[in-house]
Amino acid sequence: MWDFSGKVLFLDRADINTDEIIAAKYLTEITRAALQPHLFEDIKLDGFQGQDDIAGKSVIITRANFGCGSSREHAPWALEVNGIHLVVAESFARIFRQNMFNCGMLAVELPAATIDHLFQSYAHQQTTVTTNLENRVFTIAAGDQKEDIKFSLTDFARALVETGGWVEYADSHY
Amino acid sequence: MAGKTVAEKIFDSHRIDNPADDVHVLKLDAVFCHEITTPMAITDLIARGKDRVFDPQKIKAVIDHVTPAKDSKTATQGKILREWARRHRIRDFFDIGRNGICHVLFPEQGFVRPGHTIIMGDSHTCTHGAFGAFAAGVGTTDLEVGILKGICAFHYPKTIKIDITGNLPAGVFAKDVILSIIGRLGVNGATNTVIEFSGPVVAGMSMDARMTLCNMAVEAGATCGICYPDQTTVAYLWPFIQNEYPDRSAALEAFKAFWPDADAAYAKAIKHDVSGLEPLVTDGFKPDNVKAVKEMGTTAIDQIYIGSCTNGRIEDLRIAAQVLKGQKISDNVRGIVSPATPKIFRQALDEGIIGIFMDAGFCVTNPTCGACLGMSTGVLAEGEVCAATTNRNFSGRMGKGGMVHLMSPATAAASAIAGRIANSPIYNG
Ligand code: SF4
Repeated sequence: MWDFSGKVLFLDRADINTDEIIAAKYLTEITRAALQPHLFEDIKLDGFQGQDDIAGKSVIITRANFGCGSSREHAPWALEVNGIHLVVAESFARIFRQNMFNCGMLAVELPAATIDHLFQSYAHQQTTVTTNLENRVFTIAAGDQKEDIKFSLTDFARALVETGGWVEYADSHY
Repeated sequence: MAGKTVAEKIFDSHRIDNPADDVHVLKLDAVFCHEITTPMAITDLIARGKDRVFDPQKIKAVIDHVTPAKDSKTATQGKILREWARRHRIRDFFDIGRNGICHVLFPEQGFVRPGHTIIMGDSHTCTHGAFGAFAAGVGTTDLEVGILKGICAFHYPKTIKIDITGNLPAGVFAKDVILSIIGRLGVNGATNTVIEFSGPVVAGMSMDARMTLCNMAVEAGATCGICYPDQTTVAYLWPFIQNEYPDRSAALEAFKAFWPDADAAYAKAIKHDVSGLEPLVTDGFKPDNVKAVKEMGTTAIDQIYIGSCTNGRIEDLRIAAQVLKGQKISDNVRGIVSPATPKIFRQALDEGIIGIFMDAGFCVTNPTCGACLGMSTGVLAEGEVCAATTNRNFSGRMGKGGMVHLMSPATAAASAIAGRIANSPIYNG
């Protein structure tokens, strides 16, 4: 299981689609690792610095409908091989969210007002998140600012994340 | 309590767990594999230290999308699949010389049965529902779990029932029927549902035609298209099941377990009358953008492609040959035909169909997906137009900047002769 903790990458836009996460031309790759340099290559987001912004980040905080568009699993993989295992968003595209849990990654949905607050209070500075899966809460911190954010997670989703995804879950349960 | 749909019966007979609300883990009867999507699953299983298969007898694999390999990348994909099949003693592995398009080859080999659950890392897995099976295209993670454990998790299916009634006019085929249904439902009209194709028109269709119908269920968003198993299904499968049943009527009785209950609850039930249906064609980059052939005016074409898992079967080639016999295709077009399997190729040779295609000026390729996915044997150049019997027409499908019009084999053959999209003489509307 990953620890779902670390530095935060803020992506201040709704409807970031799977094409922006990983372009269709990389779908023919036969290893996940090959996707690593191409994460967010085609994202439409002012001021985004590509790999410079991605490097060292483990968590994404973003707006509504993250992962919409084609249902390719390469999208969560592209995050995974970049060390990003937690995405916090106002909402997710259904299949993308399912794919994240199937990969053992954590997708957290929070109300729009909470997401707004996180952007306003933290987006302009170095921010870290520390997750406590047991209590379904993460601590977000920057400078001397710090607070706990509770989230909900079904027991099955938590079991998927704890075992490392659907392949591991299925292999140990059936 | 309401009765059950076909898919509900299959779910209830295969469920092994229900670990969360609306997560139903089903036992699989078969996992189908091809060289485009399976290598990623194989390399990931190896990386996890789980290079195992649940049952080599229930895994069927083929190299079909790009074959013979066209470059190092496709050669590597084939190599990974080939070595994996050997390593795990997967006997039903079809390599060059014996290979054909998965959704045509696997039914032809008798790998599909009414009531079966099947997954594959391919959108058009829905084709196999023509036998009364629940067959779904899945992503890599589900494919990995299928290979490893012989199970897959699904949401409980909602079903749309489409009762196809009336008399199909001469020169109008299963392809036109499914295009008319997609046009009516829209590309999301059946998202996350199963479509049951019922009614007298389906009952009168051959298995080849039913597979064409179910093949494009996914173009309306459906997970699977299902036809009810009947005497036609039994006759098709008889060579493979004759040792399991005393006679054909016993097989039919057994298959009736996978008919829906009379009081089954449907998300939607539609009547679709095909009596006045005309030959149809798509115009644009979405499969629900459907027009009558005669509305296409003088739309010029550069290439004709007859083949694919939608319309590369023997019945399709026979119909096209009927139109092409004694004719030459226009000087302005390139004609390509890809029989879907070696058996179909041989049959077409024996029946003189290959000769008719060649005399008309067609190039005959080996069995492969080829041009359908724009990776080999007929990629379009920027701005070129193809009249195709395939199932996908999105921008770039057959090559960057190319346009694909989907149609029946009869319309494609007539269009090859005319050099523009045209109705076949078999249709006299
Ligand atoms: S023929 Fe085309 S649609 Fe069918 S499996 Fe091959 S690539 Fe896919």
